[in-house]
Amino acid sequence: MQKGKERAAFMDFIFRNKVAILFSIVSLLCLYVSGIQVSFLIKELLTRLARNSFLVLALIIPVIAGMGMNFSIVIGAMSAQAAIIMVTYFKLSGIVALIATFVLALPLSVFFGWLTGKVLNRAVGQEMITGMMLGYFANGIYQMIFLVLVGSAIIPIVDPDLLLSTGVGVRNSIDLTNTIKYTMDNIIQVPAVWFLVALGAFGIFWFVRKALMAKKKGEAMSVHIFMAAMSAALVAVVLMPGVYYGLMTSGAGKTPLQVPLFTFFMIFLLFLFNGFFLKTRLGQNLRTVGNSRQVANSAGINVDKMRITAIVISTVLAAWGQIIYLQNVGTLQTMTSHESVGLYAVAAIVVGGASVKKATNAQAIIGVVLFHTLFIVSPQAGQALFNNAQLGEFFRVFLSYGVIALALALHAWERIKKGKGEEGAEAQLPPAGEDGAKAASES
Amino acid sequence: MEKLKRRIKEFGLPRIIILAFFLFLCIMAIVRDLNFPALLSNVIARMPMDGVLVLAMVPGILCGIGLNFGVSIGIIAGLLGMTISMEMGATGLVGLLVAIAISTAFSTLFGYGYGAALNRMKGSEMTVSTYVGFSVVALMCIGWTLLPFKNPSMVYAMGTGLRPTISMDGYYGAILDNFMKFEIAGITIPTGSLLFLLGMCLIVWLFLRSKTGIAMRAAGSNPLYAEASGISVNKMRIVGTVISTIIGGIGIIVYSQSYGFMQLYNAPRMMSFSAIAAVLIGGASASKASISNVLLGVFLFQGILVLSLPVVNDVFKVQNLSEIMRIIITNGIIIYALTRRKGGAS
Repeated sequence: MQKGKERAAFMDFIFRNKVAILFSIVSLLCLYVSGIQVSFLIKELLTRLARNSFLVLALIIPVIAGMGMNFSIVIGAMSAQAAIIMVTYFKLSGIVALIATFVLALPLSVFFGWLTGKVLNRAVGQEMITGMMLGYFANGIYQMIFLVLVGSAIIPIVDPDLLLSTGVGVRNSIDLTNTIKYTMDNIIQVPAVWFLVALGAFGIFWFVRKALMAKKKGEAMSVHIFMAAMSAALVAVVLMPGVYYGLMTSGAGKTPLQVPLFTFFMIFLLFLFNGFFLKTRLGQNLRTVGNSRQVANSAGINVDKMRITAIVISTVLAAWGQIIYLQNVGTLQTMTSHESVGLYAVAAIVVGGASVKKATNAQAIIGVVLFHTLFIVSPQAGQALFNNAQLGEFFRVFLSYGVIALALALHAWERIKKGKGEEGAEAQLPPAGEDGAKAASES
Repeated sequence: MEKLKRRIKEFGLPRIIILAFFLFLCIMAIVRDLNFPALLSNVIARMPMDGVLVLAMVPGILCGIGLNFGVSIGIIAGLLGMTISMEMGATGLVGLLVAIAISTAFSTLFGYGYGAALNRMKGSEMTVSTYVGFSVVALMCIGWTLLPFKNPSMVYAMGTGLRPTISMDGYYGAILDNFMKFEIAGITIPTGSLLFLLGMCLIVWLFLRSKTGIAMRAAGSNPLYAEASGISVNKMRIVGTVISTIIGGIGIIVYSQSYGFMQLYNAPRMMSFSAIAAVLIGGASASKASISNVLLGVFLFQGILVLSLPVVNDVFKVQNLSEIMRIIITNGIIIYALTRRKGGAS
């Protein structure tokens, strides 16, 4: 009896996380084939976690408001880059520059987020494609401003360091060494080994506690025990002699690898914020809007305003996420740094098991870990398997698009299968017949 | 007056801006003495080059799947048709026909699966198809590397895989463009390509008036009514998707022969956006389109693209601007069309 319940709970856990588990297996296989050292993987992964998690966490609130994956976070990224260009122009440096970038990006991203929300409210049910097109459109405007207008009679600034040699248009690549590079990362650094062991130990404590609580209540505890074991595995992997030695010598000049604790702390704050926000009245209203616009409307919630709020918050967070990303990368590619932000963020959260209707903090973080593991190992795996690193690149691009396509398709399919979508606007048609069975040819 | 106002509203502000911009470019080109006939030749050459791809949007829109962002699937089929025909060593008109035949076979197969999949995603076709299109293009990047092509004019001399840009010289490059080509008042007319485009338009026009075509339009415009009158909506949507995919495949073949090169790998990824923008500029919406929308749209869109480069460079002395214009116009008109759709339904 008890055993059956444990088993059911565990199977349910596996089923809910099927996407993440599948990706873990693929990643581990690629890791094995590629021959990459685990310590190298951990090093790269920690960098990418610090860089990208904030951006991915910025996606959650619009999902809860029922607007799907917010592909228009690129607009937030562009706002951030505009702020960085300004800070570079004003020649600020250090912490001041970092704070100035955060402050300058705020009004820009609020304004553009508000505009985005306005447009998305006119495309109800098509938010994702419209958001994506808005990203492309905004890219045109962004290029117009920073390639054509800056330095011309309309925005008459002169700065040979920032502008192209013609005096018009911003340089394609801006070095951030003197402005914001590493300004956040360098606030507090701790050795990676400590960080990971502490994280693992906390994980063990947390899940064992949860398991004991579950036992007291007579609930299934297998999942918690499994998670505690995973945390223990993390500690064990880090302390394995080869990995430990690798991590202790892979920093600059054979020093122990450091992690940017403050950056992780910021990510943790956003992690808490996403959870806390949903418990506020505003968050509850957003959730209602996400569940049903009709119900929300009749409950006296201003639906359009709520949706705009969700997009504004997401855009601001994306802007800040992009600043965190760029201060770590250290170079702003003026015309391209923002381009694939939406794609990679959405692909990551989907890999973590999120859907168009439901996304959690944990899925975002797990998604970043898995997606970027694959990112790191796939070129090497392509090299090892086909003697062609390019193939690995192609494979991971395919995976990014493919996983999003699959998530969108599954969501759309489920919406139809459920029959009456509560939006009610859909013409009700008989379910797709047997003739539509072979849908696999393009996936 | 009221009627005029309504007409203008129906036509849409973006289209008025685009039309005005086009006229402005024309006037500027003439005023600044920019060899207008040569520019016009270029516009006329590009019309059939892109026109067939734009035409591919019509059956998609009319059968109810909306703007077919997934026409990249057809484009891939077309590229497969061309590469296989070149691998077989087929040149000239035979080569072109073989490419079209192979492409059509692939398009039918892919289009059927794609259409069947879209039937399960009513209301979200455009979002899904965009990413399905992207995935297929990305998947084929692997395909172009691994498929066992041998023709030395297509594959890398060293290593494996097809080249990203393959010259069609000696096969069927410009075969349609050069057919009965003549010059009048300094304007070159690529008769063959124009006739091909008009022929394709005529075929689609006739199809839309056939029994199947009428049923398909009914399924697209009013699915409930169509179902009630005994039309299988799902079947009709598949028919429309397959035809759209087939025309997309033929479209890329016409495009490539005119351009003289075939572009593989990531090149097809954004092609559907230009085609969609063109048909929208011509007056189509996500649920309504006609042949005249295609012809007008492709003329205006290509006209702006061709004219803006020399005019903008001459008048404003700014580089990049015409490319930026293209981005803004393409995506702006698509956003406009998306925000005009009512509710979440197709």
